[in-house]
Amino acid sequence: MTANSVPLPQTRAEEDPHQHLLLDPRPREEMNHMVMEAMTATSRPYWVVIGILATLVAVCLFGAWLYMIIKGMGVAGIRRPTYWGMFITNFVFWIGISHSGTFVSAILRVFKAEFRRPITRAAELMTAFGLAAAGLYPLIHLGRVWLAYWIIPYPNQRWLWPNFRSPLTWDMIAITTYLLSSLMYIYLPLIPDLAMARDRSVGWRYKLYRGMALGWRGTEAEWFRLRTAIQIFAFAIIPVMFSVHTIVSWDFAVTKTPGWHSSIFGPFFVVGAIYSGVSAVAMILSLIRGSMLNMKYFIREEHFDALGKLMLVFSFTWTYFYFNEYLLAWYGGDQSDFYVWNALTRGPYMWLWLLMLFLNIAVPWLTLWNKRVRRNPWLLFAIGFMINLGMYIERYLIVPLMITRSRFPFVWDNYSPRIELVMSVGTLSLFLLLYALASRLIPLIPVWEVQEGQLAFRMRRIGKMEVPSVSEIE
Amino acid sequence: MTDQPKWGLVIDMDRCNGCTVCITACSMENNVPYVGEDDAGYGRSMQWIRVERYWEGEYPNLVVRFMPVMCQQCGVAPCEPVCPVYATLHSEAEQINLQVYNRCVGTRYCGNNCPYVVRQFNWFDYSSDMPEPLNNQFNPDVTVRRRGVMEKCTFCIQRIRRAEETANAEGRELQDGEFEPACAQACPSDAIVFGLLSNPDSQVSHLVRSARSQRLLLEELGTEPRVIYLKSERGLRS
Repeated sequence: MTANSVPLPQTRAEEDPHQHLLLDPRPREEMNHMVMEAMTATSRPYWVVIGILATLVAVCLFGAWLYMIIKGMGVAGIRRPTYWGMFITNFVFWIGISHSGTFVSAILRVFKAEFRRPITRAAELMTAFGLAAAGLYPLIHLGRVWLAYWIIPYPNQRWLWPNFRSPLTWDMIAITTYLLSSLMYIYLPLIPDLAMARDRSVGWRYKLYRGMALGWRGTEAEWFRLRTAIQIFAFAIIPVMFSVHTIVSWDFAVTKTPGWHSSIFGPFFVVGAIYSGVSAVAMILSLIRGSMLNMKYFIREEHFDALGKLMLVFSFTWTYFYFNEYLLAWYGGDQSDFYVWNALTRGPYMWLWLLMLFLNIAVPWLTLWNKRVRRNPWLLFAIGFMINLGMYIERYLIVPLMITRSRFPFVWDNYSPRIELVMSVGTLSLFLLLYALASRLIPLIPVWEVQEGQLAFRMRRIGKMEVPSVSEIE
Repeated sequence: MTDQPKWGLVIDMDRCNGCTVCITACSMENNVPYVGEDDAGYGRSMQWIRVERYWEGEYPNLVVRFMPVMCQQCGVAPCEPVCPVYATLHSEAEQINLQVYNRCVGTRYCGNNCPYVVRQFNWFDYSSDMPEPLNNQFNPDVTVRRRGVMEKCTFCIQRIRRAEETANAEGRELQDGEFEPACAQACPSDAIVFGLLSNPDSQVSHLVRSARSQRLLLEELGTEPRVIYLKSERGLRS
C-alpha cells in the first residue's frame, strides 16, 4: 500500500478516488510481479478443472463429432423441415460471444473509455476462443465435412469456384477475416507484456516469450509504431465486427423462410451479440477475479459497474429490436408469419419464449439499475449467466424453432436435439479449457496499459480539495 | 429464350385419389432409399413426392383433398443461390433444377430455403446398408446417394436425356408423350401429365390453356414453378 491509497478525511467512503484502479497506482515492478505470479501459479484444483474440461472436450465434442461423422448426420435430432438445428444455434451464440472482445476492447479504446484498461485482454481472449468454438460448427453441421474445403476458393483444374452468391461463402470469408484480424489485434498489445514476461522468466517460458515478444526492447520508436498499429487496428476491426454478425444474420435474413426473412436481422443480431458478449465478459471477469491471484487489485467493482451499465443499455436496445420485429410481422399480416409466431408465443414453445423474455428483459431491467447489484461481482456473474442463457434460447427460437413451421402445415414437425446437447456441453468445455490454459500462458492483464493509465491519472490539489486529473497520452 | 425446351408437370387435383403409387414408382426409378420404420416415424422418410391430405367439413360429410407435392423446378429457385458449392444449380438445357450429388457437401441450406419443403437429406447411408439381393433393384441410370447429401425430384432427367438422345440418334424431333417420368407413368388416374410447356401443341400446354382454373403453389413468392395444379371441380361446387 502506498501513501496515496489512504482516503483523505474530507471525502466520503464511496467517493474515495483510490477505489479506481487508475488512481491507485503501485510501483511498476510490483505490478509486473503480481501479473507474473497470477500467470505462473497453478494449484491442484486448477489441474483438476483442466482434466475435467479436457475429458469433456475429448468425449463430448470430438468423440461425439467423430461418432456423427462415422454414422451420419442422423444421430442428431434434426429432421425435415428443420434442417438446421442446435448446431447453428451454437454457431450464432459463440459468434455472439466473440463480439465481446472487440466491443469492449476496440470500441472502448477508440472512445478512450479508461475503465477498459485492465479488462481488454480478458475480453479479447473471449473473441479468439469464442471464434474457435463457433468456427467448429459450420464444419460440424456439414453432411460431408471431409469435403468442407470446397467452400474455399482455391485454384483447381476444373475451374470450380464456390458460389459467391451464397451467404455461407460470405460467412467463410467474414469469419476467417474476423479470426485473423482479432488474433492480430490481441497480439499487438500483448507484445510489451510478453517482453515483460520474458525478462522475468526462465526455462521454457523464457524461450516461449522470447520468441513471441519479437525482440521487443521498449525503445521510443517501437512504442510509436506499436501505438500507431493498435490505433489502426482498433478502428479497422470495428467494421469487421459489425459485418461478421450481420453476415451471420444474412444466413437467415436472405432466405424466403417465414420468421427469418427480415430486414432488421443485421442490426438485431449485432446488438444481441454485443448484449450476450458483454454479459459474458462480466462472467469471465468474475471468474478471473475469484480464482486467480492478485486479480482483486486489477479487476475492481468499478469495472463490473461499467459492464453492468452496458448490459442494461444493450438489454434496452435488444428489446427494442425484438419487438420491432414482432410488430412488423403482426402489421404485415402474412399468414406464414403468424404460423411461426403462434408456435412461439402460444404453441409448444411458449415456455421457452416466456423464459427467454424473463431472462433477457425482466432480469436485467429489475436488477441492473441498482448500483449495489452492479458492483457485486458474483451477482453480476449470476445476471450475466441468466442473460446468456436467455440469449441462447433466443437464438434457439430463431434457428431451429422458427423453421419448424413452414408454409405447408402438412410438413410441420417439432424439433428436439439429440447429440447436439452433448456437443454443446463439449463446446462450452472447449471454450473454458482454452481460456483456462491461456490464463496461465499469457499475461491476462495488459500491465503496460494499466501503468500507462495510471501515469495519465493523477490526484491534483486545488485549494483544500484533492481532485483527480487526467492528462492526454495517446 | 424460345429455343430452350421448358419441361413441366400438370397435376389434376380432380383426378388424384391419393393412392400414392407415384411415390412408389418414383422411389423405384430414382433409387430413393427406404429409411426404415424408426426414421420414417421420426420424419426422415425420403420420398421425393409427398401426397398432402386435407380434410374439409365434419364427419360424415367429409371431403378429402389430395395434393401431390414434388420439387416445383422453380424458374427462380430459392435453393440455388444459397448453395456455397453450386451443388444445386439451374440447367439451361432442360430449364430445371439440378442436384449434383457429387458436389454436395451437405450444408442443407437449400432444404431450409425451399418454400415447398421438398428437398430430402441422406441422414444415414441408407442405400449401401441395403441387404444383399435388394440392391439389385437399383436403377443403373441413377446415382445411388451416400450419406450427407441432399436430393430431390429431378423430373426423371435420366428419362429426358435418354428420350432426347434416342430422338437425336434417329434424326427426328422428340414427340410429345414419347416418354413420361415415373410418377406420371404410374399414375392410374392420369392425374399427372408431363410434357414440354414450351411446345404449344403438347398435352400439358393444352391442359394449361383449358378453361379449368389453375394455380402455381406459392405463386406470390415469385419462384416461377414448372408444376401447374388444375383446381379441383369439387372445390368449385362446395
